[in-house]
Amino acid sequence: MAKTVLEVKNLKMYYFTNKGVVKAVDDVSFDLKKGEVMGLAGESGCGKSSLGFTLLGMPTPPGKIVDGSIKVDGREIVGLPDDVLRKEVRWEKISMIFQGAMNALNPVFTVGYQMTEPLIYHKGMKQEEALDRAQKYLELVGLDPEVVYRYPHELSGGMKQRVIIAMALLMEPSVVIADEPTTALDVVVQAQIINLMKRLKKELGLSMIFITHDLSILAEISDKVAIMYAGKIVEIGDSEKIYYEPAHPYTQKLLAAIPRLHEDVEKLEFIPGQPPNLINPPKGCRFHPRCPYAMDVCREQEPELKEIDKDHYAACWLL
Amino acid sequence: MAEPILKVENLKKYFPLKRGLLASLRGEPERFVHAVDGVNFEIYKQQVFALVGESGCGKSTTGRLIVKLLEPTDGKIYLEGQDVTEVRTKEEVLAYRRKVQMIFQDPFASLNPRFRIFDVLEEPLLIHGIGETRAEREELIYKALEMVKVTPPEDYVSRFPHMLSGGQRQRVAIARALILNPTFIVADEPVSMLDVSIRAEILELMKDLKDRMGVTYLYITHDLSTARYFADWIAVMYLGRIVEMGPAKRIIDNPLHPYTRALLAAVPEPKPERRNVIKELPIRGEVPSAVEIPPGCRFHPRCIYAQKGLCDVEQPKLVEYEHNHWAECHLVGKF
Repeated sequence: MAKTVLEVKNLKMYYFTNKGVVKAVDDVSFDLKKGEVMGLAGESGCGKSSLGFTLLGMPTPPGKIVDGSIKVDGREIVGLPDDVLRKEVRWEKISMIFQGAMNALNPVFTVGYQMTEPLIYHKGMKQEEALDRAQKYLELVGLDPEVVYRYPHELSGGMKQRVIIAMALLMEPSVVIADEPTTALDVVVQAQIINLMKRLKKELGLSMIFITHDLSILAEISDKVAIMYAGKIVEIGDSEKIYYEPAHPYTQKLLAAIPRLHEDVEKLEFIPGQPPNLINPPKGCRFHPRCPYAMDVCREQEPELKEIDKDHYAACWLL
Repeated sequence: MAEPILKVENLKKYFPLKRGLLASLRGEPERFVHAVDGVNFEIYKQQVFALVGESGCGKSTTGRLIVKLLEPTDGKIYLEGQDVTEVRTKEEVLAYRRKVQMIFQDPFASLNPRFRIFDVLEEPLLIHGIGETRAEREELIYKALEMVKVTPPEDYVSRFPHMLSGGQRQRVAIARALILNPTFIVADEPVSMLDVSIRAEILELMKDLKDRMGVTYLYITHDLSTARYFADWIAVMYLGRIVEMGPAKRIIDNPLHPYTRALLAAVPEPKPERRNVIKELPIRGEVPSAVEIPPGCRFHPRCIYAQKGLCDVEQPKLVEYEHNHWAECHLVGKF
């Protein structure tokens, strides 16, 4: 059995805003094994990106981890002081490909400079050694090692995204979190980046959390999938289970909303209404106001995640 | 067959590039971005015609030329037989815009944040002098909101755009286009900024309006799955030209052009069993600049079937290979 590289238990991260407490991540638990890719999906505002940032121990202010535990390679990171997190955990143990990061490359420094900086300052590497390492990783992501001497404006969008992926891998972390890594890219480039990630998963045994709203892209890479709604995981399980035997009405509706390339779909379904305000989430099941099957119990009591099949969990009173 | 509602003939749009002082002193020739470079198509009543391609292929420029947000460098556009390129005076343009409306990609940017929903929808009525009194206009506005299912309208008319969700905003943007009762709508990536569930809702709404009101659409998108679902026809654009065109299902089930095949291979599908398969895409390199268009077939540097001495020399023509199914490639059926 593969080793567990990331273990999250009852994690709660709330934003303490002037208008009230936003429960963006509310009692989330899951684990990730070595070499496994977990997809994290949901509509905008469901808390999936907030969860990503929280896993790095850096919730965006005014967010704070309220409760729960995050163990990376067995080490608890909740409660670690900032400098320890920065020096020993972030990038070393867990790294992130940020949404839109390719547009955040500094235009006045070469790619090599930006890639080697953390190696020189964090790891005390010599410049040549660091440059060697950067070139090795650029090759790994399918770029010419000579790209270290280039400036970001000389690269295309796809190449920049590859640089960002190389940066996330540079310190050989145990877990990589990828937040919408293909969103701004064209279809062809997107498919090439997905192929690259599949290859990295196979060759390096990369463990990854892949965050996106696009269930089609998610299916291309995830071994297991977690569906988030209003700050909670409402269904989690192996990809085949989620895509072919979705149990939660929300998952079912999301899948029925995707137009298929090679299938005739008579009518696309959509979910009426919009996700709830997380300052004041609805009582009971948070999905009940939009759920076609809502019953009395759904309005009153919150359902727990329960195992409905081997390694397949869903939180719904209907099950 | 009936006359087409919209006919585009050899449409071209070149944008001049800024030359530096040195370059103009040296008398270097002016250079152009060949955004749209000889495009031909026809759209019939109540059809949805999808223009599909990657960013920079000229699909949005084509849409903007049709609504007259841009003037073509060359070529003709006919709407119901009328030559649009001859429409010049303010009155003529106004009359034209009443028939041709546009829906934009980003509903967060396309609605004036200082306008209430009522004002957003009243503006086109005022510009086109529709509805004598406020009461008459109000009736039209309420009707338009009901049509796009922003109901009950009285709850929404006095709200500002920021008080609506993304899906509601896009529905208001659609209502603004429909309130003039246009014959033709250019929808430029109307769902690409929206969440999956809302995307389905807006597509269903546009489909429903097509059936009920007889609207004809030019649907501009990069997403072949929604094009298959929503459109009757698909035209695939590459570097300013249509490389393949035909009924939507035929393009997807039986693509003739190597570029269409590559695009289709790149579309992600919700099938988890594909996760362990790495399928190389049948395409090389990246889109070249639209300033220096490759000679011969403009796709040849990326084409895995390109033949030396043919594809890099001679520009192929858009030929009808099967009934209603056109492709611009020397090698159709030979690979």
